[in-house]
Amino acid sequence: MTKKQEMTQKQTNKTLQNPILKWIDDRLPIIGLLQREYIDYPTPRNVNYFWSFGAIATIMLLVMIVTGLVLAMQYTAHVDLAFSSVQRIMRDVNYGWLLRTIHMNGASMFFLAVYIHLYRGMYYGSYKKPRELLWILGVVIFLLMMATAFTGYVLPWGQMSYWAATVITNLFSAIPIIGEQVVAFLWGGFSVDNPTLNRFFVLHFLLPFVILAVVFLHIAALHVTGSNNPDGIDVKSARDTLPFHPYITSKDSLAILVFAIGYAMVVFYAPNFLNHPDNAIPANPLSTPEHIVPEWYFLPFYAILRAIPNKLLGVLGLFGGVAILFFLPFLDRSKIRSCRYRPLYRWLLWLFVIDTMFLGWLGSKPAEEPYILWARLGTVYYFGFFLVLTPLISLIERPAKLPASISEPVLKTSDHPRDS
Amino acid sequence: MVEAKIGGIESENNQGKSGQGKSGQGKHDQGKAEEHQASERREFLGLLAGATGAVGAAAFSWPLIDSLNPAKDVLALASLEVNLESLEEGQSITVKWRGRPVFIRHRTQEETKQAEETDWKKLRDPQSDSQRVKNPQYIVVVGICTHLGCVPLGQKEVAQRGEYGGWFCPCHGSHYDESGRARKGPAPLNLAVPPYEFIKDATIRIG
Repeated sequence: MTKKQEMTQKQTNKTLQNPILKWIDDRLPIIGLLQREYIDYPTPRNVNYFWSFGAIATIMLLVMIVTGLVLAMQYTAHVDLAFSSVQRIMRDVNYGWLLRTIHMNGASMFFLAVYIHLYRGMYYGSYKKPRELLWILGVVIFLLMMATAFTGYVLPWGQMSYWAATVITNLFSAIPIIGEQVVAFLWGGFSVDNPTLNRFFVLHFLLPFVILAVVFLHIAALHVTGSNNPDGIDVKSARDTLPFHPYITSKDSLAILVFAIGYAMVVFYAPNFLNHPDNAIPANPLSTPEHIVPEWYFLPFYAILRAIPNKLLGVLGLFGGVAILFFLPFLDRSKIRSCRYRPLYRWLLWLFVIDTMFLGWLGSKPAEEPYILWARLGTVYYFGFFLVLTPLISLIERPAKLPASISEPVLKTSDHPRDS
Repeated sequence: MVEAKIGGIESENNQGKSGQGKSGQGKHDQGKAEEHQASERREFLGLLAGATGAVGAAAFSWPLIDSLNPAKDVLALASLEVNLESLEEGQSITVKWRGRPVFIRHRTQEETKQAEETDWKKLRDPQSDSQRVKNPQYIVVVGICTHLGCVPLGQKEVAQRGEYGGWFCPCHGSHYDESGRARKGPAPLNLAVPPYEFIKDATIRIG
C-alpha cells in the first residue's frame, strides 16, 4: 500500500462516526473501502444513462446466481431425469415456474445489458489508454458468460439442448490432428451423453462465481483509472466530478427500475418468446431438428461460422469474432476517445452495430442463398472494421475540437456536436 | 534432499580448489567469493525446489485431466449384430452403436452403379466406393455429419437426400452421395465407416 493510500484510508477511518464500524475498520479496512469506492468515488458529472448498464449487468449477474442456486436444488443432472426434473420445476415446485422463467429469460436480459455496455465502451472509446486492461477483463467476462450460457442451455436436455451441445463441442473437432481426441475429452465418451451433462452442470454452477471474481477485478481496475465519460476527456478538477452516492446511485437505480420493468414484462407476458419449441421435445441422439438455431445472443457469431465454407476457417472465424475484441485497444490508433469528436469513425461504428444485428438476423435463417452471400458480406465488414478501418481511419480523420474540460460543455450545452 | 546435499558438497570442493589457486589474494576477496558461491547455491536450491514442484504439480494434474476422458465402461467396445434379411432394396435402417446412429442402406442397383462410377479422385476426401463397402449392396456408415455432428437426413424414403442422392445435413447444408462421401457444403470428410464384418450373408456385426 502506498503512503497516499494509507493516508486516505486513515482519513476515511477518522470520519467514521459509528464505533462498531470504526472497530471493524481498524481491523479489516473494508468499511473505508466501501466508503471510498461506492460513496465518495468521483464520477464524471456528464455520464449519461448508457453508463448505467454496468450496474444493470451486475444486478443481472446477482439475479442469475440467486435464482440459479435454488433451481440447482431441484434439478437432476442425469440424461434420464434432467428433462422431467425441469418439467417438475415448472409444474410442481412452489414458484418453480417463476424462478425458472426469471432465470431463463435473465440470460437474455444479461446479454442485452452487456451488449449495450460493450457498444457504449466502443462508442465512447472506453477501451483506450489507460483503460486497456479494464476492457480486456470485460471481454474475459463476456467469454465466461458465453460458456456459462451455453452450458446452462444444455441442462434442460431437450432437443435444442442436446444438439446445441453436439454442434458446439464439435467445433473443436476442427483442430487439426488431435481434434477428435479433444472432442472425446470434452464429452467423456463418443457422443454427448451422461458424462457430458454432468460436467456441464458442474461448469454451469462454477463459472458464475468465476465471473463474479472477474467482475471484482473489472471494478477494481475501473476505480484505478476512474470512469470514462461521453466526452472521452480526462477529469481535470473536482468541478468535473460528482460523488457516486447519491448522484450516480440514484441515476443507476432509475435505470435498473426501467430495465426491470422490461424484464418483468418478458417474464410475465412472453416467457417463451425467446424459447425454441423443439426444446420441449426430450433429447433424441438419433434425430437432429430441421433447423438448429442458437440463442439470439450467439447468432452473429453463428452467422460468421456458416458464412465461411471451410470447417476450420469457419470455426476460427467464430472464435476470432469474439477474440478480436481483446485487440481493439491496440488496433485503434486514434488518441480521441469519444465518437462525439470522431466524425468518420462514428459512422463506421454505427455501421458496425447495424452489421452485427444484420449478422444476427442472418444467423437465424436457414443455410441457403441469398443468406449465405449476405452473411459473407457481413463477415467481411465485421473483420474489416476491426482490422482495416479502425487502424487506418485515424490517418485521414480530422477530429472535432475537444472541450476544454468536462464541466465546460455541461455549463453551456448549446455548442457541442450531436451524439450521432 | 539428496541432490541438494551433493550440490552443496560439490560447491564446497570448488571453493577449496579456487582457494588453492588464488592463495595470494587477500581475505576480503575470499569473503566476496564465498558470498558469491553462497548465492549461487541458493539459486541452485531455489531452481531445484521450483523444478521439483513443477514436475509434481504436472504429475498430479494428469489424473485430474485424464478423469475427464472416456471412462472404461464407455470405452468397452460394445458390438452389435444386425440382421439385414428384412431390409428390402432401397430401404434404410438406423441402429445405435456406442451412442451414435449407424446408417445401413440396402442400395438399389442404380444407386450402387452411381456410387461406383463416380470420379472419386477429384472428391475432397477421395475414396472409391469399393474402399467403403464390404458388400456393394449395403452401405454402412456412422450417421454423424463430419462438419459439426448433426444427424443427416435421408434414412426415410420420403426424406430429403440432397443433391447427390445419399444424405443431406440440414444444420449447415452438407450433401453426401450414395456412398456417404462428402460432395457439397462445409463437411470436410466422408461419413465414417464403422468397423464391421459380415458374419452371415445378411447379418453384420458392428464393432
